[in-house]
Amino acid sequence: MASKQTININLKIWRQKNANAKGSMETYKLDNVSTDSSFLEMLDQLNEQLINDRQEPIAFDHDCREGICGMCSLFINGEAHGPDRAVTTCQLHMRKFKDGETIFVEPWRAKAFPVIKDLVVDRSSFDRIQQAGGFVSVNTSGRTMDANAIPIPKPDADKAFEAAACIGCGACVASCVNASAMLFVSAKVSQLALLPQGKVEAKERVLNMVRQMDEEGFGNCTNTGACAVECPKEISLDNIARMNREYFKSMLTSE
Amino acid sequence: MSILDSKIPEGHISQKWTDYKDHLKLVAPNNRPKIDVIVVGTGLAGSAAAASLGEMGYNVKAFCFQDSPRRAHSIAAQGGINAAKNYQNDGDSIFRLFYDTIKGGDYRAREANVHRLAEVSGNIIDQCVAQGVPFAREYGGLLDNRSFGGTQVQRTFYAAGQTGQQLLLGAYSAISRQIGLGRVKMYNRHEMLDIVKVDGKARGIIARNLVTGELERHSAHAVIVATGGYGNVYFLSTNAMGSNVTAAWKIHKQGAYFANPCYVQIHPTCIPVHGTNQSKLTLMSESLRNSGRIWVPKKKEDAEAIRAGKMKPTQIAEEDRDYYLERRYPAFGNLVPRDVASRAAKERCDAGFGIEANDTNEGVYLDFSTEIKNKGKQAAYGHGNHNPTDEEIIKYGKEWVESKYGNLFQMYEKITDENPYEVPMKIYPAVHYTMGGVWVDYNLQSTIPGCFVAGEANFSDHGANRLGASALMQGLADGYFVLPYTVSDYLANEIRTGTIPTNSAEFDAAEQRVKTQIDTFLNNKGSRSVDYFHKKLGLIMWNKVGMGRNEQGLTEAIKEIDELRAEFHKDVFVPGSADEMNIELEKALRVADFMELGQLMAIDALQRKESCGGHFREEYQDSEGETLRDDENFKFVGAWEYKGDDINQEVLHKEQLNYEFIKIAARNYK
Repeated sequence: MASKQTININLKIWRQKNANAKGSMETYKLDNVSTDSSFLEMLDQLNEQLINDRQEPIAFDHDCREGICGMCSLFINGEAHGPDRAVTTCQLHMRKFKDGETIFVEPWRAKAFPVIKDLVVDRSSFDRIQQAGGFVSVNTSGRTMDANAIPIPKPDADKAFEAAACIGCGACVASCVNASAMLFVSAKVSQLALLPQGKVEAKERVLNMVRQMDEEGFGNCTNTGACAVECPKEISLDNIARMNREYFKSMLTSE
Repeated sequence: MSILDSKIPEGHISQKWTDYKDHLKLVAPNNRPKIDVIVVGTGLAGSAAAASLGEMGYNVKAFCFQDSPRRAHSIAAQGGINAAKNYQNDGDSIFRLFYDTIKGGDYRAREANVHRLAEVSGNIIDQCVAQGVPFAREYGGLLDNRSFGGTQVQRTFYAAGQTGQQLLLGAYSAISRQIGLGRVKMYNRHEMLDIVKVDGKARGIIARNLVTGELERHSAHAVIVATGGYGNVYFLSTNAMGSNVTAAWKIHKQGAYFANPCYVQIHPTCIPVHGTNQSKLTLMSESLRNSGRIWVPKKKEDAEAIRAGKMKPTQIAEEDRDYYLERRYPAFGNLVPRDVASRAAKERCDAGFGIEANDTNEGVYLDFSTEIKNKGKQAAYGHGNHNPTDEEIIKYGKEWVESKYGNLFQMYEKITDENPYEVPMKIYPAVHYTMGGVWVDYNLQSTIPGCFVAGEANFSDHGANRLGASALMQGLADGYFVLPYTVSDYLANEIRTGTIPTNSAEFDAAEQRVKTQIDTFLNNKGSRSVDYFHKKLGLIMWNKVGMGRNEQGLTEAIKEIDELRAEFHKDVFVPGSADEMNIELEKALRVADFMELGQLMAIDALQRKESCGGHFREEYQDSEGETLRDDENFKFVGAWEYKGDDINQEVLHKEQLNYEFIKIAARNYK
């Protein structure tokens, strides 16, 4: 690896015993952090230190640690997934921080993402939006038509793929002043609207998903664009525009 | 020793599944809602099974420890999924996919299961496209393919370097639809901690609600375990941090045999280890071997200079590079199977040619410069530029590479701080996938009636080595196209059973087992963290039950793990309480099972006195360092029966493997 350096840092981290408890920012000092460590490896190191001091470790969500599962979150120094671009927190490395720096770590903040403990939040609202319409209603018999029966123009397939790359982490919501989930919802609506397989139900899908989004308590979109800037997968704002078109089309043509 | 009944149907290999399926019992639609099915795990196999059974009308309860079914580690699979579609017209067929998979598994997989897998492979692609999975396409709008290791055709379907993500999100959309319709009840942040058997049959599970800490009882007429592999026994692996063997191990302790635990896939192309605080290893997709050439310096002094930082790889002349895979295996070159590529890397590094400046000097180059030039030239011609300059060629070439592998290159740069478009990637093998798992018959049923095991959690399809792009295929095949038939056949006898009560003595006993284990950990007056012990276990496993194994090392490992396990239970410190979210408790429960499994892996590796696939016993190799199988004595699946706390007492049962349709031979990729 490029460097074999270590830094000493100060951390201010949100601690909250459970959903009902009042939380607060607590201060920690951590020495000898390798600049090659990921941000979550740094938190592992802090937790190891806490456990050795007989204290409770900090709870945070994480799983794949390669930027694809969408489980990790964290608002770091005021930015979702921290200061680097196009990465999740697990791919953020300590080389992005300076020796002696104080780093602020908070959970996602949104009405629709209540805190469960410390830095862990409940994102099941995203699941419920998918359950409202984020699918093609085809049974899994395998007896559909041949996969190559309908050619799909490569640009459409590519755009659908780019939208489908969303990992459902919630950074868009956490970054938005209104805690809006428009980027997340529009990514799924776009993916399926761009493909012939998804077009059949496009009308109902967008109406159902938007209705569920509103019911979950996400805010409205005011086109500030912060979501797309902070999105670790660089999901484009074009998807929101496409969803708005789909939505109005459905509203105007529904029976 | 007993003989395991694999229940392989009679008939010609190409007809077995069709004939068998036609004669399985069915459950009528009006009876299905009276029957409960539990599915544990929501990766490709679990989500696909839960969605399919939900569609059929069964009452399905699905469980995952993550905060959403979409997080399961299938999502991290990068390269692709195989299917015998022969869209590329390069001679592919169901038989060839079947043959390649058996051969790739070094003739240690069950013929009938593998053929079924190849048969349904095409349906998987049809199904996924119908669900809106955005596979890569050619300009004509049809699906694109690429090559993977161990094959000479292009049968791998892909979505950039995120194929697992797109397939899992497809399965997640199917299960989400059923959840929305009320046919699947989803339990997020729940971990299965034991199975409940009534009259010998699987009748439910004990699950811990990871948010409240509450132990819950869930009953069902059948339990499907689809909880993935056990690579995290090594601590460092490409698995997700939460990936664990607990559900599989708990059913093993209640009577399910565990097969071939020593078969572990060490993937050749991962980012090398860099430090003691490292928590996991990151894979660089095998698809990169379509375009990258693997090499180390020919001269030891060059390797030393590179490690000392005095020389750069780009300064080493073409004739001073050893493209050792192309040299040793000209027919398959850089696309030999994973076990072969991994061992070859280890051989070069052990010989002193490694290029990474870490503690063990373990690393080799994966170099894209040749491909950048070749594809750049083609692209220049494609743009009508028939006399491109070197700069233009490189520019076009980099664009081509980015379009194929962009996300992988970006991931590499973020982790290593080096630009792989300019300098070769550094890679080294890492634990990736486990071919071993719970023993299942042709129906994917374990030795516990009513307990089925699917995907990586079972042992059935990959023998001693899995070919690239076959894990996704198996997960979806099991979940969409096998279990719905075989589970229904089992459930046909349950239509009169009625709801299984959870207030029985059997549920009491199972819950008490879990509770006792949890209380013991929390009341332990230990001094060290769970990770401390997990890392120690990982080192024993990597050094002695890793890429090269021998009798002495394995014997030592068995003893060392036994001792470490005792020390772990004596000295581990688990903070917090049982009735809350407690991440250290979750880890402790998982590591307790890894300790026991690790010991069994070493025992299994010791008894298998041959080399096959990923299991390389140093005593059994030919003069060129290739694996030496012993078909006379070891052409069997080794399935272990739990016999109590002392893992050394586990009893080995053998399922003999019969090759009726494939001529068994030495594996040759030269």
